[in-house]
Amino acid sequence: MSEPQSALPGAAFTGAAQITETGLRGMITLKGDLSATKLKNIAKKVSGVDMPEKRGANIKGDNGLCWMAPDELLILCPHMDAPTIVTQIDKALKGTHYLAVNVSDARAVFRVDGQGAREVLAKLTPADLHPDSFGPGEIRRTRLAQVPAAFWMTGPQTFEIVCFRSVAQYVFDLLSNAAKIQAQVDYF
Amino acid sequence: MLILHCPHCGIDCDETELSPGGEAHITRHGPGASDEKVEEYLFLRENPKGVHFERWRHSMGCGKWFHAARCTMTLEVFGTYPAQTTEPPESIRKILSEKRPGWSWRDFA
Repeated sequence: MSEPQSALPGAAFTGAAQITETGLRGMITLKGDLSATKLKNIAKKVSGVDMPEKRGANIKGDNGLCWMAPDELLILCPHMDAPTIVTQIDKALKGTHYLAVNVSDARAVFRVDGQGAREVLAKLTPADLHPDSFGPGEIRRTRLAQVPAAFWMTGPQTFEIVCFRSVAQYVFDLLSNAAKIQAQVDYF
Repeated sequence: MLILHCPHCGIDCDETELSPGGEAHITRHGPGASDEKVEEYLFLRENPKGVHFERWRHSMGCGKWFHAARCTMTLEVFGTYPAQTTEPPESIRKILSEKRPGWSWRDFA
């Protein structure tokens, strides 16, 4: 069998913040009634974290649950575990109205780390990234320049960004350009 | 630049995160309807100076549709509400009656 490849293996840039492509990440889209006990239980079981609140992101290492919409969750997991988790969900939710899809290979993941991280992202998205408005534990689905993306914080200066794999190069170029040391604004 | 509150995910989103969906509260007249009704459904739209109701989709966010009541003249936004309704909710009508006494829009007032 062929080896799975991430979108831009090893891509990295250092400037006002460090931009790295994190490599393969398991991601499962789970749609359904988020208030249903069955769904909540299986989501907790496969991810090992609690159900997130509205716009919440509960992340623990490679695993996590992110609130994507009133009827949608994103389950994060190690890349190789994703197919097994989908099978587990299918088994647990059989007969209910839901959708679970392994979208790992449709996505690219970037990490933006460092003092300028907030600023790098704030240049590209209309979302309010002031430390009072956005911090760890939250996920924001928005756009980066012209493409949809979502991000959350794993530390006070660390963002993880998910975008479609087809626009990975575009997003990496955007982030690298925004992180150029000559382009610092020192707003935050 | 418009900033609309998405009633589904609770984010005050910038217009550039949204996709416009045209006029709100349009009744779909399908097969079997009279020519006049189909014409109304397909082509006839309001073009008001003042109170207007629109559909928007939070396309770069939660992906859900919602409606917005706003003023086309001042760009004031009176409120937003989920799209699962065929008429403006009472709360929005109350705000409109306070801010634009005597307002009317199609059959609503």
